[in-house]
Amino acid sequence: MAIIIDENTRVVVQGLTGREGRFHALRNRDYGTKVVAGVTPGKGGSDVEGIPVFDTMVEAVNETGANASIIFVPARFTADAVYEAADSGVGVIVCITEGVPAHDEARFVNYVRTRYPDTVLIGPNCPGLISPGKCNIGIMPGEITLAGGPVGLVSRSGTLTYQAVHELTQRGIGQTTCVGIGGDPVPGTGFIDCLSRFEADPATLACVMIGEIGGSDEETAAAFIASEMTKPVVAYVAGVTAPPGKKMGHAGAIVSGSKGTAAAKIEALEKAGCGVGRNPTEIGEIMAEVLKGV
Amino acid sequence: MDLFEYQGKQVLARFGVPVSAGEAVGTVDDAVAAADRLGYPVVVKAQVQVGGRGKAGGIKLANSTDEARQHASNILGMDIKGHVVRCLWIEKASDISEEYYASFTLDRAAKKHLGMVSAKGGVDIEQVAEEDPAAIARVHIDPLVGIEDYHARQLVFGAKLNPAARSGAISILKQLYKAFVELDADLVEINPLILTPDGRVHALDAKVSLDDNAGYRHPEFEDLRSTASADPREQMARERGLNYIGLDGEVGIIGNGAGLVMSTLDVVNQAGGKAANFLDVGGGAGAKTIANALEVITADPNVRSVLINIFGGITRCDLVAQGIIDGFAAIDVKVPVVVRLDGTSAEEGRAILAANPKDGLVPAATMLEAANRAVELAKSGAEA
Repeated sequence: MAIIIDENTRVVVQGLTGREGRFHALRNRDYGTKVVAGVTPGKGGSDVEGIPVFDTMVEAVNETGANASIIFVPARFTADAVYEAADSGVGVIVCITEGVPAHDEARFVNYVRTRYPDTVLIGPNCPGLISPGKCNIGIMPGEITLAGGPVGLVSRSGTLTYQAVHELTQRGIGQTTCVGIGGDPVPGTGFIDCLSRFEADPATLACVMIGEIGGSDEETAAAFIASEMTKPVVAYVAGVTAPPGKKMGHAGAIVSGSKGTAAAKIEALEKAGCGVGRNPTEIGEIMAEVLKGV
Repeated sequence: MDLFEYQGKQVLARFGVPVSAGEAVGTVDDAVAAADRLGYPVVVKAQVQVGGRGKAGGIKLANSTDEARQHASNILGMDIKGHVVRCLWIEKASDISEEYYASFTLDRAAKKHLGMVSAKGGVDIEQVAEEDPAAIARVHIDPLVGIEDYHARQLVFGAKLNPAARSGAISILKQLYKAFVELDADLVEINPLILTPDGRVHALDAKVSLDDNAGYRHPEFEDLRSTASADPREQMARERGLNYIGLDGEVGIIGNGAGLVMSTLDVVNQAGGKAANFLDVGGGAGAKTIANALEVITADPNVRSVLINIFGGITRCDLVAQGIIDGFAAIDVKVPVVVRLDGTSAEEGRAILAANPKDGLVPAATMLEAANRAVELAKSGAEA
């Protein structure tokens, strides 16, 4: 078992003919992902190493039965691509693009959540997700993962996700699914969405959650872990020594009800019963201990 | 990008928000000339991007040319919490009956726009939020719909503003929201929003933070940036398109992804060192970006060693390695550079480094080993 994506996932790549889209789509296919189509307006009828390219998402979905999309288009075209993906009916939309304006993001995330409550939008500004041995959608290097579970991983950071997965794999600890939700202000999918899916997934026995400074998502997740999770969660928060941001104004701090510091987040997670690593290597060490008890 | 008060006022004024007449100046003579033109009394306000200016003596009332000259010369060059005052805003003084707070920002948890208004303005609003949360009226606005009149009414009635301020405050809230959305701002905040004895509502301060990601559709952002203060190291990095924050340690850091870079700073700290900077080359960095990053980091005289920590996803380690080699060829790297490569094309990257050995280029197998090595080398370099 896995969450969100598995061997039945059929992926269409928005921006397949671009440099990044092509490189990573082919790597995803080499990994074993069913990459069935690409979309680039004006390039319909061509192909990228055998992957057919369509002009529109509707056409790609109708012709190939794609049920997931991955977005590699530049930031200024990303909102358009997300709306097109959502309206085409795919159930999973993974938006890799970074640098998307926050106001665009706020609009399309609300659009997807209200119009298509069953559609899972991951990102933007995320590395994607992988169910090792089954499906890899995104830019995560598949070779650092280990199939077979029992750990589900969710992370707000991109490269730090790889570091954490690497630490688990080095110790022979496999993963069910690793989700990089992205570090943007309005992620389509949050910690709690992923943790509740892991809680319901029989193959996942424990979770890793990786946060960072800013906002209050880690504190909110800690409350969820304390009240709703029966499975153990090992956490890590980056930015303990980060300088206070040059943020001005106070509205952010009022909204979050905390200063968004790593110390506050670590305290909340420890109170919720999580083992919290002081560096990425300790995530693996603590998880190895935790798994002895489950 | 955070704007100075005067820039914030100028952009909000374009949306119809009433602000006092004023001028931004950089010298004492210009300050006096501006004050004379505006007519006394005027307020001389330090332009720095930090709170608590008033308490630090950076805001003074001047009733005459002599006072304007005295205050301007005292405040220009003043150090307010590490920010040196290089610019003053000279503004016509206002009579104040009441002071309010108003802002719009994005509520990450609710994924909606959040408007906030309080009758307890002019003070530290975070303190109000802590001690008397009910004194702040809050309204969520669906970004797909935008502000309707009732949102503004709910804020104004909810905050129990003086009835005399209602209609003025409602119209300012609508203008402020329009500015928030159309400017692609992360935050627009007026504190204080004042009610004058003759019943006018008016912005006496402005904090505007713009979303750099939206810069491509706002050519005016560049003009606003050119006058923003900058660390010379940050200026150099920005010219090269790098995401850099200067710090005061001795280990230069280059990494990919904000989370991994932050984690690298933490690990360097645990190893007993201190980072000289935060530098995130972002996703998909090529050789040129890495060479630029190396140039910026090694230009900092405090840097005793450099730690390059890359876990490739969209970034390819072979290109990173090539960038390091190019950087060594182009500039005179005087400090040891510890390199840790993992992830996409890591083996090719390590092979490129192995095939091009350089003095002071030190490969490391893991993140912790790299951090320990970099801290060790920084310390021995400092003693040498």
